[in-house]
Amino acid sequence: MNVLASIEAVSAATAASAEAPAIRFDAVSKTYPARGRDAQVSALDRVSLAVAPGQIYGVIGRSGAGKSTLLRVINGLEKPSAGRVLVDGTDVVTLDGGGLRALRRRVGMIFQHFNLLSSRTVFDNVAFPLELAGVRRGAMAARVDQLLDLVGLADKRGRYPAELSGGEKQRVGIARALATEPNVLLSDEATSALDPETTRSILDLLARVNALTGVTIVLITHEMQVIKEIADRVAVIERGRIIEEGPVYDVFARPRTATAKSFVASVTGSSVPADLAEELSTQPITGGRAVLRVLLTGAQATAPIISRLSRGADIDVQVLAGQVDRIGGAPFGNFLLAVPGRAEVVAAALALVRELGLTGEVLGYVA
Amino acid sequence: MSPDLIGLLANSTGQTLYMVAVSALLGTLLGLPLGVFLATSGHGELFEAVAVNRVLGLVVNATRSTPFIILVVAIIPFTRLLAGTSIGTTAAIVPLTVAATPFIARIIETAIREVDAGLIEASRAMGATPLQIVAKVLLPEALPAIALGLTLTVVSLIGYSAMVGAVGGGGLGDLGIRYGYQRFMPAVMAAVVVVLIVLVQGLQSAGEALARHVNKRIRRT
Ligand SMILES: Nc1ncnc2c1ncn2[C@@H]1O[C@H](COP(=O)(O)OP(=O)(O)OP(=O)(O)O)[C@@H](O)[C@H]1O
Ligand SMILES: [Mg+2]
Repeated sequence: MNVLASIEAVSAATAASAEAPAIRFDAVSKTYPARGRDAQVSALDRVSLAVAPGQIYGVIGRSGAGKSTLLRVINGLEKPSAGRVLVDGTDVVTLDGGGLRALRRRVGMIFQHFNLLSSRTVFDNVAFPLELAGVRRGAMAARVDQLLDLVGLADKRGRYPAELSGGEKQRVGIARALATEPNVLLSDEATSALDPETTRSILDLLARVNALTGVTIVLITHEMQVIKEIADRVAVIERGRIIEEGPVYDVFARPRTATAKSFVASVTGSSVPADLAEELSTQPITGGRAVLRVLLTGAQATAPIISRLSRGADIDVQVLAGQVDRIGGAPFGNFLLAVPGRAEVVAAALALVRELGLTGEVLGYVA
Repeated sequence: MSPDLIGLLANSTGQTLYMVAVSALLGTLLGLPLGVFLATSGHGELFEAVAVNRVLGLVVNATRSTPFIILVVAIIPFTRLLAGTSIGTTAAIVPLTVAATPFIARIIETAIREVDAGLIEASRAMGATPLQIVAKVLLPEALPAIALGLTLTVVSLIGYSAMVGAVGGGGLGDLGIRYGYQRFMPAVMAAVVVVLIVLVQGLQSAGEALARHVNKRIRRT
């Protein structure tokens, strides 16, 4: 009994330490006081979250939702009005100037507009945080060269930022952020100023850095594509509140709020095409068709739904829209299908969908 | 022009350069920290000290709005205190410096305020101290604008230095007035003007070249 209890205690402790979050928010609020005619702004409203070490944690929200504020309280650029922010177990709010600077060397940050020093070469930009930390010039060079290799810019070390493309500038930004070997990397819309192809290469680089060094990444964005590409977990933020949170796959498969749904729809093609939406009626139309949405998720994502419906149940199926994607390496499909609109056919189709372990719903009816 | 006039011209040019160089140097030494402070002590800035910022701003504006010739006369006691005399080339350096300092301070302030706030943010995020931000970010990034502003200051000082001739400061302005005007020697006047033009032109070009050299924001092929 005693032995069992102590074993349990030990295993609980190990579990706790293994899962000690790299970053934790406890009911963090941030209000900007009213000034003149401007009302008080609640940029963060009792936000609680936990980011596991090595995780890529995405935060998505519309403009003004409080994303940047959320990121900036992590490295103390912004002081919360209430609540606790723990980074590696240290409460950021309690740190003094020196403590804060020490913390910031363990937390790298990259920016939408790169924020490189225009008067310094690529090499000197990457060396900058080391210089600030008082690292000797000799020790610095080896580290900087290694970082430039990592981000693929070894041949540009003597260039100035003005001579680089946007993607290259962000690579310098990433190398600079990693210079002091941080445990945490904060990314504030790092790809928002880049074209889709460059965005992908930067996200690939971040994923590679994460895999290579185990650095925890918190990235904020307003593009669901970014979350889909590299995040493990996602929080949806609206008016300073986290309205939805969970593993990326789950949020994609089962978005609950309207905001999350529209973010998901923006990349999975799960929105109903406009022309179809216009025709859609809530009542069955004699001789018409029913429109079903079928989600192919999890282990059942590859189920042969179309052939089972048509051959197995002898139902005429039309594909109206849809695509199959991979989210976090797992397939994720989303189809709009039309079947004959008679009640018994619709019921049979939905039954078959459920039988295959998929989710389906009737969106409406068309002629 | 006779050899002794050429000697006079060379001598006066030397005096002008001496006055301008020393007052520009002293003005920069004093104006630089003042300008940095003015640019970084406003509300929510690195060295926030709003009240001091206001007072210094007022003093700077007051000095800058006083016509130079009045300034020269008004601070004669101060000049005598520092230089031991209120007459002569060395004494002229005092009012020139007093005029140059707030001018340079404003130039430095403006140049620093032009630096992208994102760079300050990034530096803070990297754990830079406020002094590191000034020395390693603000001043290097503002350097092209500072170089152009200092060029402007030096050119203005050449103009001012001609005025101190009126109070016995020597230099090219003094030569022009005494020989060209009072003794009616138009050749001397013309020579003085030519030397001034060449001087200003040369300094302006040199300043611009320097600013271009330190400006890495422009893509060059
Ligand atoms: N210094 C400040 N003073 C007053 N209000 C502020 C300040 N900083 C941010 N806010 C307000 O807080 C809210 C959240 O701002 P925040 O910058 O975090 O939004 P965001 O989600 O990053 O938006 P975006 O996508 O446009 O960058 C906004 O309403 C903004 O106006
Ligand atoms: Mg933002």
